[in-house]
Amino acid sequence: MPGFLLKRILQSLVLLLIVSVIGFVVLNLLPGGPLAQFGLDSSITQADLDRLREQLGLNRPLYVQYLDWAWRLLQGDWGHSFRDGAPVLEVIARHLWATFLLMGSSTIIAVSIGAWIGIRSATHRGSTFDYAATVGAMIALSIPTFWFGLVGIYVFSLKLGWLPAGNMYTIGDETVLDYLHHLILPSIVLALVHVAIWSRYMRSATLDVMNQDFVKTARAKGLSERRILMKHVVGNALLPMVTLAGIQLPSVLTGALVTETVFTWPGMGRLFLDSLGYSDYPVVMGLLMFSAILVIASNLIADIAVALIDPRIRLA
Amino acid sequence: MTDKTPPKSGLSRRSALRLMAASGLATFVAPHFLGGAAFAQEDREPKGRVVVGMSQEPTVFNPLMVHNEVDDAVHFSVFDALFRIDPDGVIQPNLAAEVPSVENGGISEDGLNWRVRLRDDVKWHDGKPFTAEDVKYTLELIVDPKFLSWRTGGHSLVRDLTVVSPTEITWRMESEFAPYLAFLAETFMVPKHILGAAEDPNTAPFNQSPIGTGAFKWSNRVPGDRVELVANEDYFGEGPFIEELIFKYIPDMTVLYTQFQSGDVDLVDQSYITPDHYAEAKELPDRTVTLEPGSSIEGIFFNLERPQFKDPAVREALYAALDRQSIIDGIYYGVGTMTETFMPPLSYYYDPDLPKQEFNLDKARKILDDAGWVPGSDGIRAKDGVRLAFANSTTSGNHLREQVQQYMQQIYREIGVEMTISNLPPAVMWGDFWTKSQFDTAMSGVTFLIASDPDVTNRFASTSSAAKGGQGSNTMQYSNPRVDELLKEGRGTFGQEERKKIYTEVQQIIREDLPFLPIFAYTVVMGRKSGLEGFKFNPNTRTPSWHAAAWSWKD
Repeated sequence: MPGFLLKRILQSLVLLLIVSVIGFVVLNLLPGGPLAQFGLDSSITQADLDRLREQLGLNRPLYVQYLDWAWRLLQGDWGHSFRDGAPVLEVIARHLWATFLLMGSSTIIAVSIGAWIGIRSATHRGSTFDYAATVGAMIALSIPTFWFGLVGIYVFSLKLGWLPAGNMYTIGDETVLDYLHHLILPSIVLALVHVAIWSRYMRSATLDVMNQDFVKTARAKGLSERRILMKHVVGNALLPMVTLAGIQLPSVLTGALVTETVFTWPGMGRLFLDSLGYSDYPVVMGLLMFSAILVIASNLIADIAVALIDPRIRLA
Repeated sequence: MTDKTPPKSGLSRRSALRLMAASGLATFVAPHFLGGAAFAQEDREPKGRVVVGMSQEPTVFNPLMVHNEVDDAVHFSVFDALFRIDPDGVIQPNLAAEVPSVENGGISEDGLNWRVRLRDDVKWHDGKPFTAEDVKYTLELIVDPKFLSWRTGGHSLVRDLTVVSPTEITWRMESEFAPYLAFLAETFMVPKHILGAAEDPNTAPFNQSPIGTGAFKWSNRVPGDRVELVANEDYFGEGPFIEELIFKYIPDMTVLYTQFQSGDVDLVDQSYITPDHYAEAKELPDRTVTLEPGSSIEGIFFNLERPQFKDPAVREALYAALDRQSIIDGIYYGVGTMTETFMPPLSYYYDPDLPKQEFNLDKARKILDDAGWVPGSDGIRAKDGVRLAFANSTTSGNHLREQVQQYMQQIYREIGVEMTISNLPPAVMWGDFWTKSQFDTAMSGVTFLIASDPDVTNRFASTSSAAKGGQGSNTMQYSNPRVDELLKEGRGTFGQEERKKIYTEVQQIIREDLPFLPIFAYTVVMGRKSGLEGFKFNPNTRTPSWHAAAWSWKD
């Protein structure tokens, strides 16, 4: 186990280095740059733009800019946002909570409903429920989240007036109930796609397990179907789901671009879009490194978790 | 927070009675005891909250640092400048006690020596008095080479800043520059005792929680979501009449409009209501939706160094072949104002008497025939080996402009002119391609004025083309010696009347030369709740929230 960990951590560091170089180069190759937003601004003259370019160090060769950035990062300095001058880690931290709340609640909805639909479809294969679930999943996967979000707002906010049309809370009323009220629509919209994905995975995993020998043995022992399902099938079918959850964990924290935009949710997805739009290099690079670290770490955790749950897997 | 509902319980009957008696007595006694003034005071108590929705996020709160127009809304509310441009384009005193002029001796005859007298009753939000030292500090910080300044034009000419007294400051200009008065109306004063004490003004805590003299004080910011301001009860001017002012960031224009419909947003700031929603918006109950003339002009910009555009007849013919009214009505939902000039329609300097363009294809053909542009075998005109063909470029993905382009392509074909469409992503389009004049023609919305001053040296002076080594934004590469002369004269002339004469002539020449074809002057669709009073649109500022001090809720 320690040998495995060391190897994985070393691999991860190399990976992070590659990610940072590619990210930095691609970001700087994009046309425009942080000063492009002033290109059409009559208030700012070419002389001002040249001065700012020099002040921000953007006129230096790319490799110098990269080394400077990487050296500071190694010392724990993630840099300051070009947009509001705040330290990058602080910027990320401020948006993390909003995303965590939204993605957390939608994941809980998605996993519980998705698992239930998946298991029921598997045990009732070929039934009306199974077909309905299949068709439903296809529809949910093909509807753009943007459109579904706007329809949700139109029906539940503008027409019925039951739910708020976005935002995280009513300004001036920041109670837990108010948060929950605002959370309903976006988390359901976001969960919809995930329910579809989870139910399909869960269905095939359950079917896999149901055809295993030990399930037949259990049935031969005379156990009730319910008991077989609860004790032998579900537990084993959930195993691959742990890996899936591990892979999806980073997306929980990096946010949902579209949903956050439609519901004006101040999370990580929007931070990423806005920072990219303004070529806020320090923040975009910070987000890139942050999510790269998350992906690598959560994969590692998923691997370890599976090994702990499943005695057949040994890490070496 | 703002609802001051009386407590429903926890009040014994005796104390309730006592309260009732006391308040009854107060209403009876107060008018006699305190007089009418006290009553007026009571009326002015700020109350309620206004949520202003904007489709970009304000992020820069130090008004001297490089920022976007969306940040202006916060700056105008928290800070004050020495002067203020009113909706009629007249410069009024704000922190200054008067507007300096040659007549009142504030500006010397040669325009080089300035003296500004300040109000003596202004306090920073932390209670410290505002003085001439703050003005000196502000004007010096702007030109500090280490400071990430916004515009330094004008400020870089200031020399010998001298504090004469806490309410008087003087300086000398390196060269005469009349637009500086208007520039100072956009230059917000920052406190020396706070920012001057910071280690590095670029990263000072002040930039995240600013302290100004304005009608509203900084309260809180939720990044990615909103900025909250509260009423400054010690404001030296009229107002404020609302207790909380909130700038809410809503990243999508459709969602912004939806939240205006649902009532979450009280007033739609930038980028306003999109024209396609105008017809529906004006029918909404309890909402006031108006069309307000903006300051940019949508136009077709020529690269005048291209051989086919050197002949003025070509520009004139292309203008005559544009059915502008159909473009406005058919493509822009009728939202747009006809114009013949670069000057915003509501500017003090706008010339309404310029010759009106007329859509007339026969006239267009005749102009080209007369100028010797003869159709070739492919139907496209040519003269001296130059084909009358060009590309038109704009931001790709802008559907309205794409429709205009298709219309132009079709109609120009009818007069024997070939136009191709070559659109580019925004970052490429407005990069070197635009600034270094690499286009044939470009379609764009352009604000010609800086700080609403009529000086357009940056756009029309022959020395302002980056492609020719200049430092300005004359991307058309326009060059006319008479215009150069007039612009120079305008920069050295201080009276509004005299300047109006100069810029009227500039507009006449530009109309004659047609370095760009105006399609329409932008009109914005402003939306607000009907109960919000005191709102006035100001085309001379970059934000409709330029004077929230005057806003109030109708009872």
